[in-house]
Amino acid sequence: MIDLTVNGRVHRVDADADTPLLYVLRDHLGLNGAKFGCGLGQCGACTVIVDGKAIFSCVTPISVLGGRAIRTVEGLGTETDPGPLQRAFIDEQAAQCGYCIAGMIMRAQALLDANPAPTEADIRRHMAPNLCRCGTHMRILRAIRRVADVGKRAATPAPREPT
Amino acid sequence: MTARRAAHGLSVLALCGAGLLGCAGAPATTAQTPAPTTFDAAQIAKGAQLSAIGDCRVCHTAEGGRPFAGGRALPTPFGTLYSTNITPDADAGIGRWSRDDFRRAMHEGIDRVGRHLYPAFPYDHFTRVSDEDVDALYAFVMTRDAVSAAPPPNRLVFPANVRPLLAAWNALYLDDRRFVADPSQSAEWNRGAYLVEGLAHCGACHTPRNVAGAERKRQRFAGGDAEAWRAPGLLAASPAPVAWTADALFRYLRTGFDREHGLAAGPMAPVVDGLASVPEADVRAIVTYMTSTAIASRNVPASEVVAAAKRRAFDAAGQHAPDRATVGTVRAAYTEDAGEIIFAGACATCHYQGQALPGVEPVPLGLATSVNDSTPRNLLHVVLEGLGPVPGDRGAIMPGFGEALTDAQVTAVVQYVRARFSDRPNWTDIEKMLHEIRREKAK
Repeated sequence: MIDLTVNGRVHRVDADADTPLLYVLRDHLGLNGAKFGCGLGQCGACTVIVDGKAIFSCVTPISVLGGRAIRTVEGLGTETDPGPLQRAFIDEQAAQCGYCIAGMIMRAQALLDANPAPTEADIRRHMAPNLCRCGTHMRILRAIRRVADVGKRAATPAPREPT
Repeated sequence: MTARRAAHGLSVLALCGAGLLGCAGAPATTAQTPAPTTFDAAQIAKGAQLSAIGDCRVCHTAEGGRPFAGGRALPTPFGTLYSTNITPDADAGIGRWSRDDFRRAMHEGIDRVGRHLYPAFPYDHFTRVSDEDVDALYAFVMTRDAVSAAPPPNRLVFPANVRPLLAAWNALYLDDRRFVADPSQSAEWNRGAYLVEGLAHCGACHTPRNVAGAERKRQRFAGGDAEAWRAPGLLAASPAPVAWTADALFRYLRTGFDREHGLAAGPMAPVVDGLASVPEADVRAIVTYMTSTAIASRNVPASEVVAAAKRRAFDAAGQHAPDRATVGTVRAAYTEDAGEIIFAGACATCHYQGQALPGVEPVPLGLATSVNDSTPRNLLHVVLEGLGPVPGDRGAIMPGFGEALTDAQVTAVVQYVRARFSDRPNWTDIEKMLHEIRREKAK
């Protein structure tokens, strides 16, 4: 048994200590945003945030996560009330097949949390580990820039359009 | 080197230097700079290859900066140095330098205006390089794009920040003779010796240094420091369980990878990157020279060492983390054998029988130099930062775990890997080294 704090809620999980976080999120907690891509930490589809840093949940055993704050894409907003970054990904139509998007959003969120006004070079360097096979990179970058620009102008929340 | 020993070395140096201060200054030169168009294309091309062997670009380029524009931070026991701009910009670079100024810098460690250069610029090796090759390098750098960026000022501790004292350093440690071929050796061996001892300056990292920062010539290639990494001992002094051979060394230097030793990483990665582009004969010559010095003989044949390492990797994968049902208390299941559990969940996916990655077979951990070295430094770097692809390949090889794992967890898994895969004694300084690396990164 281990207690995992996911999106602010504590879950008691009954799984082997070496189980990757990704399996627990999907199979035990029903949080299916993070995806299994390569299972080797090479593609980023499984990216979630732990203690503010973007990590690959497919190669992170739950044994190392006790007492640490885990955030998944489900923690950023809901279908009816998406968070600013999710909103921007929708507005830019950044998803094609969508498989990489939850990981992309979480990696970008980690950057924006640490640096609300990153430069283009910051964004590209930070996003490099995550792959997209459809080729929507330019839209993904635009979506991130949208939120980053908002951060640059003022500390006010992103404008919400009616859903 | 500890700070205390470094301070002691510096005071020794200061005393020696006091007596020499009178002759420390060198006059500025007034010779003319040739126009870029006057350089011969063949000479420039030759300079480009020599530059790749000498790795000029590696140190003289800041991270994300323009090539040869300098500004790269070089940590030393005496503080941080910033590499100089060697583009032909008249003010920030060496645009006003004549050919003779350039020769003097390479052979004597003195810049155009007569100031001593620090031996982090390995002029103590470049003294071996022929005038003809120095001129080719001059032709090459003087025909690069001029960049007007000036590097940040050095941050050195006293008395290392007193440049004239370097006259004393030179008097004590600098051998300013050019390379002389050994007629009893082959032309290939002599070419290798010329490159290794001169431009390639292998000893600058792989030979340990004394308190004053000079190479201990009697411990040549016994292992030293390269920025924040360990430059492992070479050949006879190599910690690798499988003895190096000429073929293995050639593969490693030319492609950055040998399956019985590992992947070139850290400051060695750009070195092999450079060697991938130079004439093959030069890399062969380097190998011929290096392997003519004693290679460590091993009692056990290489094939047996490899087989044993693979078996060990297989056994490790077969072992499961303690079953939750068999461990007493709730918390214990997640803290006991912490390193082994982390290995099973984070590492074993790739590092089990060495066949998990499509197309790439990881080196059995028992064979890796970093796992068998005297210090955990390089293994820590790899666990924290991961490994990039070999030159010419795309994509990641190994992701870094520096953000997923806490310091205690990194320590636990590194301890486990050493104990599980190496026959050498456990490291006792993992945590200390880890903090040093984290501190260096935070700068």
